[in-house]
Amino acid sequence: GNWGRLAAQQVLTQDQLLEFETFGNVSLIHLTDIHAQLVPIYFREPEINIGVGANKGEVPHITGADFRRLYGIEDGSPSHYALTYDDFAALGKTYGRMGGLDRIATVVKAIRAARPDALLLDGGDTWHGSYGCYHTAGQDVVNAMSLLKPDAMTFHWEFTLGTERLLELVGQVPFASLGQNIFDAEWDEPAEAFKPYEWFEAGGQKIAVIGQAFPYMPIANPGWMFPEYSFGIREETMQETVDTVRGEGADLVVLLSHNGFDVDKQMAGRVTGIDVILSGHTHDALPEPYVVGDTIIIATGSNGKFVSRVDLDVRDGKMMGFRHKLIPIFSDVIEPDAEMAAQVAADREPYKAELEEVLGTADGLLYRRGNFNGTWDDLICDALLEERDAEIALSPGVRWGPSILPGQPITREDVWNVTSMTYPNAYRTEMSGEFLKIVMEDVADNIFNPNPYYQQGGDMVRVGGMGYRIELSKPQGQRISDMTLLKTGEAIDPARNYVVAGWASVNEGTEGPPIWDVVEAWLKRNGTVTVGQNTSVEVIE
Amino acid sequence: GAAAAMVLPIRAFAQDAPMVGELAEFTGGAEPGTGDITLTAPEIAENGNTVPIEVSAPGAAEIRVYALGNPVPGVAAFTFGPLAASQAASTRIRLATTQEVLAVAKLQDGSFIADRKEVKVTIGGCGG
Amino acid sequence: MAEGVKPRVKVPKSASAGEAVTIKTLISHQMESGQRKDSDGNVIPRSIINRFTCDFNGQNVIDVVLAPAISTNPYFEFDATVPESGEFTFTWYDDDGSTYTDTQSIEVS
Ligand SMILES: [Mn+2]
Ligand SMILES: [Mn+2]
Repeated sequence: GNWGRLAAQQVLTQDQLLEFETFGNVSLIHLTDIHAQLVPIYFREPEINIGVGANKGEVPHITGADFRRLYGIEDGSPSHYALTYDDFAALGKTYGRMGGLDRIATVVKAIRAARPDALLLDGGDTWHGSYGCYHTAGQDVVNAMSLLKPDAMTFHWEFTLGTERLLELVGQVPFASLGQNIFDAEWDEPAEAFKPYEWFEAGGQKIAVIGQAFPYMPIANPGWMFPEYSFGIREETMQETVDTVRGEGADLVVLLSHNGFDVDKQMAGRVTGIDVILSGHTHDALPEPYVVGDTIIIATGSNGKFVSRVDLDVRDGKMMGFRHKLIPIFSDVIEPDAEMAAQVAADREPYKAELEEVLGTADGLLYRRGNFNGTWDDLICDALLEERDAEIALSPGVRWGPSILPGQPITREDVWNVTSMTYPNAYRTEMSGEFLKIVMEDVADNIFNPNPYYQQGGDMVRVGGMGYRIELSKPQGQRISDMTLLKTGEAIDPARNYVVAGWASVNEGTEGPPIWDVVEAWLKRNGTVTVGQNTSVEVIE
Repeated sequence: GAAAAMVLPIRAFAQDAPMVGELAEFTGGAEPGTGDITLTAPEIAENGNTVPIEVSAPGAAEIRVYALGNPVPGVAAFTFGPLAASQAASTRIRLATTQEVLAVAKLQDGSFIADRKEVKVTIGGCGG
Repeated sequence: MAEGVKPRVKVPKSASAGEAVTIKTLISHQMESGQRKDSDGNVIPRSIINRFTCDFNGQNVIDVVLAPAISTNPYFEFDATVPESGEFTFTWYDDDGSTYTDTQSIEVS
């Protein structure tokens, strides 16, 4: 309530959030994975984020109190609320929503006032994820970002706009569209519309910004929407690109990456000559740079909650030192930028009534992030089971989608924030128990393969109507056991067919109503919904 | 350039076609060693029906590629003529499932060396 | 002869004597593996490109034997040495006995 807000405003000030002693001669500003969240939201960070192999127990796979101890964050503090999951509902009432592109604009302008030639770099997953973004095919976000004037951007979900629209927007934006791993699929040559890197001059230094788009786009997303392109990690061409820009006299090499954190960490240890990796895709927010040899990795979170500022001392072709701050965007504390606020409001105006319509209320916290389940996904699975009359529901383990506090009305905008995509059809089909196991094993290996280069950076597929046990350290094909149909308590029979409802299939021609209609119908029928504890997944580390 | 097609007298179809054959046929049963041979392939196939691979073995007389998890493992055999600037080539292959791809080179002295790479073929979905 | 088979190649227009040039080739071909079945359950007979060669002024650059595991629209990339001006000849051999050829000339200075 208001009392909490006032208290928060007394604790926090804009000056405090922006406080930064300018350092060295170059500043980088990093923003990533905002998923079209142009206005402030609540977003709970994960409770369960398990690292495997060499990354077991390493950041960013540390959560909650352990995370706070590691970084010296006080319990109940603003950083506790911004960076960890526990007490989220209570702290959310105290500290309010986070993000909003108008607040971000204020922060960016303040940094540019201190360092006019600061580089603003957008890590991608920008033109995706909301009602407005879907209905304008990315235009509302592009309008806002064009005002913010990044210097360069790389990509992931943007490709799900389809090649034609993507190229239209890439042609429209006044900044560099980068991806050294975006190749023409037919002739295996660097794609014409995306440059591998761009040169900038700042602080009298020659800076090369190399882009790395999400490596596994045609696997994690529908490749038929952008058949002209091929991606991949392409470590060899990354090294060649770094060597090229070093050879041409780069004083500083920055990698604007959508690899995901563990992949970036592995790449930093294997590709030489990168000074700074601005990491995106896995939505991790880290209050300090992660250092691998001579490379620092910056993780700036998601959904517009954070902006990273990295000041660097660059001399004689070397990064001599850095100063960094992960700036949390507390929306009640940071003054909105009027110009950006007007732009966002103008683009929301045509959809205002649709966005604000209340569809229901939840009696508990709705969140998504976490390796195995979240209450938002449980709700979506319940809607799929009932509205599509299925025995089992599958919901993709995506990492975007803001949270809803207990008792907060659920609007159409909120539903779209967790479901919006260009392949939303809620299918209803039969799958054998054997095939279900293959699907679960397949997704599990995409998350828990001990080699990060084999990971795709999402979370485990969410399951309704079925429980299972997962042993993370087992090899592919042996992690999943005890699959149980919850309705009857019977073990899943490999030979029997089950009626399965799901959404976000990457297969072309998938039929069914869009998922947001399914969830909306279910919410309208149920009104206030109860969010229970999900104990159907047993995790063995 | 000019593209032309002509029909030769019909031969006896597939059985006349040159074959890649089995690994044992190529090496005579010898176990290939390690050496200057590189097989490049993606960690995860974007599409199992068309997986880009590159083989390179400087000085090799012939390189053969096998997809060890396919129903028929033989994929291709490359021989290099006097005007080959390198003993290297790229192509695109079909992989039925997650498996190891093997490249074996026959060197000028008749010995064999090999490199292998695991390629994951996955159903896909989800994402960050 | 299979329908709609169309070779395409990418060769630089010029090079210096003895230079290594990268060549890329594609040919549209369904590469029917002989392992698929039609909707009636009958095996669809194998029909692939089984050999590809590239020669320059009558001397061989590369000679490839293809199995059905080569993808639809076979693609090859390789490097050739060009000692003098002349013509590359590319030949694809189809299971049905057809051959398809393409030629590309290169100017050596
Ligand atoms: Mn993202
Ligand atoms: Mn992403």
